Amino acid sequence: MSEFIVQIDGVEVTAPEGTTVLEAAKKAGVTIPTLCHHEILEPYGGCRLCTVEAEVRGRTKLVAACLYPVEKDLIVRTRSEKVDRIRKMILELLLAHAPDARDLQELASEYGADKNRFGKEPSFCIHCGLCVRYCAEIKKKNAISFVAMGPSREISFIPEIAAKECWDCKECFPLCPTEALQAAFVLTKEMAFPSPSLEPAPAE
Amino acid sequence: MPRINSAAELETLREGILAKKVPDKPCISICAGIACLGLGNGKVISAFEDELKKQSLEDKVELRATGCHGFCEKGPLVVIYPEEICYVEVKPEDVPEIVAKTVVDKQVIDRLVYTDPATGSKAALQSEIPFYKNQMRLLIGNSPKINPQSIEDYLAIGGYAALAKALFEMSPEEVLQEIKTANLRGRGGGGFPAGSKWETARNAPGEPKYVIVNAHEGEPGAFMDRALFTGNPHLVLEGLIIGAYTIGSSQGFIYTRHDTPVLRKNLDLALEQAREYGFLGKNIMGSGFDFDIEVHLDVGIFVSGESSALMRSIEGKAPEPRPKYIRTSVSGIWDKPSNLNNVETWANVPQIINNGSAWYSSIGTERSKGTKLISLSGNIVNSGVVEIPMGTSLREIIFDFGGGIPNGKKLKAIHFGGPMGGSIPESLIDTPLDFDALSKLGASLGAGDMLVLDEDTCMVEIARFFLEFLSGESCGKCVPCREGIRQMLGILTRMTAGKGKEGDLELLEEISEVVGEAALCSLGRSVQKPLLSMFKYFRDEFEAHIKEKKCPAQYCKGLS
Amino acid sequence: MNNERIDHILDEHQGNPGALIQVMMEIQEENHWLPREVMVKISEKLDVPLSRVLRIATFYKTFSLTPKGRHKIHVCTGTACQVRGAQQVLNEVQELTGIKPGETDPDLKFSLETVNCQGCCSLGPMVEIDGETHGKTSPAEIADALKKYE
Repeated sequence: MSEFIVQIDGVEVTAPEGTTVLEAAKKAGVTIPTLCHHEILEPYGGCRLCTVEAEVRGRTKLVAACLYPVEKDLIVRTRSEKVDRIRKMILELLLAHAPDARDLQELASEYGADKNRFGKEPSFCIHCGLCVRYCAEIKKKNAISFVAMGPSREISFIPEIAAKECWDCKECFPLCPTEALQAAFVLTKEMAFPSPSLEPAPAE
Repeated sequence: MPRINSAAELETLREGILAKKVPDKPCISICAGIACLGLGNGKVISAFEDELKKQSLEDKVELRATGCHGFCEKGPLVVIYPEEICYVEVKPEDVPEIVAKTVVDKQVIDRLVYTDPATGSKAALQSEIPFYKNQMRLLIGNSPKINPQSIEDYLAIGGYAALAKALFEMSPEEVLQEIKTANLRGRGGGGFPAGSKWETARNAPGEPKYVIVNAHEGEPGAFMDRALFTGNPHLVLEGLIIGAYTIGSSQGFIYTRHDTPVLRKNLDLALEQAREYGFLGKNIMGSGFDFDIEVHLDVGIFVSGESSALMRSIEGKAPEPRPKYIRTSVSGIWDKPSNLNNVETWANVPQIINNGSAWYSSIGTERSKGTKLISLSGNIVNSGVVEIPMGTSLREIIFDFGGGIPNGKKLKAIHFGGPMGGSIPESLIDTPLDFDALSKLGASLGAGDMLVLDEDTCMVEIARFFLEFLSGESCGKCVPCREGIRQMLGILTRMTAGKGKEGDLELLEEISEVVGEAALCSLGRSVQKPLLSMFKYFRDEFEAHIKEKKCPAQYCKGLS
Repeated sequence: MNNERIDHILDEHQGNPGALIQVMMEIQEENHWLPREVMVKISEKLDVPLSRVLRIATFYKTFSLTPKGRHKIHVCTGTACQVRGAQQVLNEVQELTGIKPGETDPDLKFSLETVNCQGCCSLGPMVEIDGETHGKTSPAEIADALKKYE
């Protein structure tokens, strides 16, 4: 297993093959903002907030730090005019859905994102996928999933599974940056769960 | 069924097939391509079958349902050999007369031949029709002459000779060198040198290696791959087997659409026959080389034409693209080296091996060699599949082959590459058909689909339409594509309804730039392209929609 | 709904999660839609989470989660057809049937869908009804054609 010496914002750090730029940056003491990333889950690459400039032998490209593997002669810039512009736009696009989400507020002010840039969108899920991935990878219950595609894509609890599993679990609830998850659960419970006699009684 | 076990046996079989042919035996070749079938050519084929039976001519006259002839606008098409008399817009009622007058009496039926709408002059022979004249039909020219369901028809025109040459007279390195010297560039949209790609897969560590035919053709307006593949499946198979030999692959995949039954049928038959004759399977032609092919069907989604998504689909997973940090030539299907090329790219390989790279590179321009299949569609008189050498000017394609714009309208723009491509305005139509010349203008050749737009087209509406298409095809995983397209579509829809605001164009430019830079896959990253090219050449149209609430093409309802 | 055929397809691929998409496509082709109970069966027989079946079923336009009408109308909205006037044809079909793409009318007579480029652009605008192609059509022509369907 080879090791590479890479540069993150001018700081040199050694990382074994297979390390992502995000992990290498952490080693170098550099924080890259993320929304869909979580230590215990597989990297997702969905929010693109961790976009950084990756330069190898004179050629620069924009990559997602949570996925991009370190390589020989890699020079990474985690902030630049281009990177900042991209992050600002991503935040503004997400703020159209969840203008008051706590995880977005600090990032918004750091990058100068205007929560009123775009008209308000009806759904406040930002599709970080943490709930879906947690239930699939950690709990292995698949009680919640993405349905439909493109701009119509949404999270959805599967009533048949959720009615059995979620009552005693709800471990995904704190992961949600916007509380769209809790709202989806309540909605599914009220409207689609099988009849009450099948619901386990809450613990005393 | 004879199994070929050497190059000599192939030639003996070929000679046998040719010897059995009756010279000058009349042959009725009917185009059974998608468009002609849609126009009811199935009934014409049955009518011919019935009439030949009625006249007891089944043994004396050959009837052949072929792949696309190319002149789709004038279908149903029938060509009578050996004279090559071409009849257009044939109906079942015309059949008895055609059999009696042309096939038997060798007379031309005037009302059925092509008439030039501009000059009124008629052309009885296929080679005299302006659409066909001056084309260089190296790939598709054989389609009217063979039955795609008969491997012996393919052998009769020299099929599999290139494979024999590669396997017995050349080493894999020598084949690779020929492909590199010929400078065959990918015909699927990338224009990337095929030889380089093959070399990367060949040298990449890992076994087994895979070769793939991308026969997905999801781009709206592109139909030349299906036309070629349905009409001459063995041509593509031969190219694939040669490629597999060069790269060192023993397993190939053909990825195609689930909604084209004729292509599927012809493909299954071609594979079955190729295996029977020893061109596929173990110990191909007695050379010791093993290779076989599996066919995989798509689910009906545009993104599955993207190479990494396609490979996920072959693995049995949902076709979600993967970021291209690791090239698929190095790590593709099941993380093994996988070489993917388009149908037309593979189809070019046998002729390069047969005639040599020097011959191939004598056709075309300095950096774009060979011929290109073009699907001409939209506001054009002669819609269909055209094959011309690289370097032909766009003006020639539109006016000489395409017959110009219908209804006396003026040409406004030519759009290449569909929702991920760009437009060339009328003022630049002397540009040659060339990968780099077109790229420089912001409208890369793409797969070769040319959409012709006349003066009544509203470019704002076209931009909106493309974005609507991409919105329906976006997987929705990443923020830039999902949210970016959402907002851009909203802005353009408002613009076409007369509600555009100052600053909309700048906002569109800003959003599309971020989407282009930060999206996960090439679908998202190409969203920018049509918009950018339209802003470059047609910005005034967009501004008229915003500032004056006017649609210069008078297309958008609600605007003056 | 032909339960026997559906069970047969499922038995063939029992316990093989990798065959999910293929199985769903076969059932869609056979039954023209995927009822909820069938999706639950697929989940059980193929040993895949129900959420994945639902995800695939809602992801691809190829699958339908509602029953289809007796007559299926497909209007091509590829770029070339669009440029030759497909939008006007689609508007006429919507007017006459009272439904929008993706919908079926309450009497289960017509189902309407827009389809991506079918590859016969010279026939644009193109509408397919029950597999029969109506090429180079116009709003008036398609109105006429629709009258013939019960």
